[in-house]
Amino acid sequence: MSLFVDDDVHARVRRLEVPFNAAGYDRYGTSRKHLEVFFSFVAPLYRRYFRVEATGLEHIPARGRAMIIGNHSGGYAIDGLLTVASCFFELEPPRLAQGMAEKFLSAMPVSSTLTARLGHLTGLPEHAERLLNDDRLLMVFPEGARGTAKLYKERWSLVRFGSGFIRLALATKTPIVPMAFVGGGDVMPTVANLYKLGRLMGVPYIPVSAYGLPLPLPRPCAVHYGAPMTFHGTGREDDDTVEKMVVEVRDRVAALLADGRRRHEQRVRPLFFLGGGG
Amino acid sequence: MRILVTGISSNLGRLVARLATARGFDVVGLDRRPWPDAPREIEMHAVDLTKRAAEDVFRTRRPDAVVHLATVTHASRDADDRYRINLGGTRTVFELAERYSVKSCVFVGRHTFYGAAADAPLYHTEMDAPLAVATFPELADLVAADLFAAAALWRAPHLRTIVLRICYTIGPSKKGTLASFLDGKRVPMVLGFDPLFQAMHESDAAQAILTAAQAATDEGLKGVFNVAGPQPLPLSEVIRLAGRRALHLPEPMFPWAFGRFGLPRLAAQSLEHIKHPVVVDDSAFRAATGFAHTWDEAETMSSFRYA
Repeated sequence: MSLFVDDDVHARVRRLEVPFNAAGYDRYGTSRKHLEVFFSFVAPLYRRYFRVEATGLEHIPARGRAMIIGNHSGGYAIDGLLTVASCFFELEPPRLAQGMAEKFLSAMPVSSTLTARLGHLTGLPEHAERLLNDDRLLMVFPEGARGTAKLYKERWSLVRFGSGFIRLALATKTPIVPMAFVGGGDVMPTVANLYKLGRLMGVPYIPVSAYGLPLPLPRPCAVHYGAPMTFHGTGREDDDTVEKMVVEVRDRVAALLADGRRRHEQRVRPLFFLGGGG
Repeated sequence: MRILVTGISSNLGRLVARLATARGFDVVGLDRRPWPDAPREIEMHAVDLTKRAAEDVFRTRRPDAVVHLATVTHASRDADDRYRINLGGTRTVFELAERYSVKSCVFVGRHTFYGAAADAPLYHTEMDAPLAVATFPELADLVAADLFAAAALWRAPHLRTIVLRICYTIGPSKKGTLASFLDGKRVPMVLGFDPLFQAMHESDAAQAILTAAQAATDEGLKGVFNVAGPQPLPLSEVIRLAGRRALHLPEPMFPWAFGRFGLPRLAAQSLEHIKHPVVVDDSAFRAATGFAHTWDEAETMSSFRYA
């Protein structure tokens, strides 16, 4: 075992129900070794730096396909990272939540390899469908990059949800587990996004934090999962029908988020240099 | 069954021919290049597929099935030759197959048909478009040959056409695109990229080709199928299993480094194929023919390494 691998993480990775081959790779290129190093690095962040509180974990099926649908906030996808960590550290047996990586990540060196080795394929409908048909746990943020671009004052809001996830859930008969991530806006309080500079660097935007550095603050976070929602259909329904389902999921996420906000505000004070915000 | 193998002197051609002979088929071979130690029961014709003499072979030998392997890659020929052999040759094979009432024709194509790109799906199904024409123009002639062969499905409905898009094949022969890439002690990788590579043992590939020819001739199977063996592996792992060392070079250095320091000589556009994966979903072929590979990923690479 490597020097960088925590014993508990090592044991948990061994218990993941992912079909790795003898060399430790699954058919999508997810690597057991990379997961071990990654979760060993994330463990102290998850437990001590961000002190993540996870509730409603019983709503995530122990095995079989499911789709976690949540809100984005906080500059870059720290919420995604901690959601994946909650499924890994809190579920028994642990599960690997697989995200859909932004396309620019697959085009850039290093991030292209890391996202693939950690099980996060490029955000394409074909990938999502394949993973679900393979009975994996998919994590989707239907707000997309618009969601991570929320500023500090907008951290409790939800922007428009895309509808692709509903069509996918219908076509693959996948239950949706609504989720609210709380505290993303606090750990990375964004005051502006530099879109032009981002485009030059091949990313959607560069978030600017209130203190200038792109480093997350050691603030508590929480992830709340709600009861699974099942929709019936083929995925080829008209836009109005699908939109109603999207709104239903969005409302559930909004309710979980409002609930989470109340708990969060009892747990932590707002950032003194930014005030309460929206 | 009498089976005509074009490009029989190629590595894969020889494997298919030997396997067909072992299964009791009557094998007729066609290739410009010699096969000096060909088994006696294989009937060799040293003719160019695009020349008149090739028609004589079809007319006099009347094969039941044709396995068309006579295609070349950019690594071995210039553009004119490639178009003549790949597109001209494929056209001739299908015309002759139709004219002389051949029952089935198997075109052996490559999985690189789909091309490699950052935003392409990881597992290509047969429905996917040939992205290779945009990402790697040197493959355009092979893409054209593949599409021309597939068009025989409607153009010549009596001919049972099968187009196979086979992943990289590798094995003790040390021949083929992947084997050439892994030839030196050091194998170049683009710094920061480690795409999945899909390779199958050359014997398994020969099995798959013959299985397709039999299924077409005996059961009337037709269609376009991806063919692969064990699960894909990251390129770094392929290099490790091959007993080579990866040399990670920043992308801008590549055009300069190709062909130097014992690194393979590659076309500039092939860079996309070592940055991003080309992986195929072969479930349709397995379901249609019952094909199963026998060499796993480690055994496949070991057979190359220790040959």
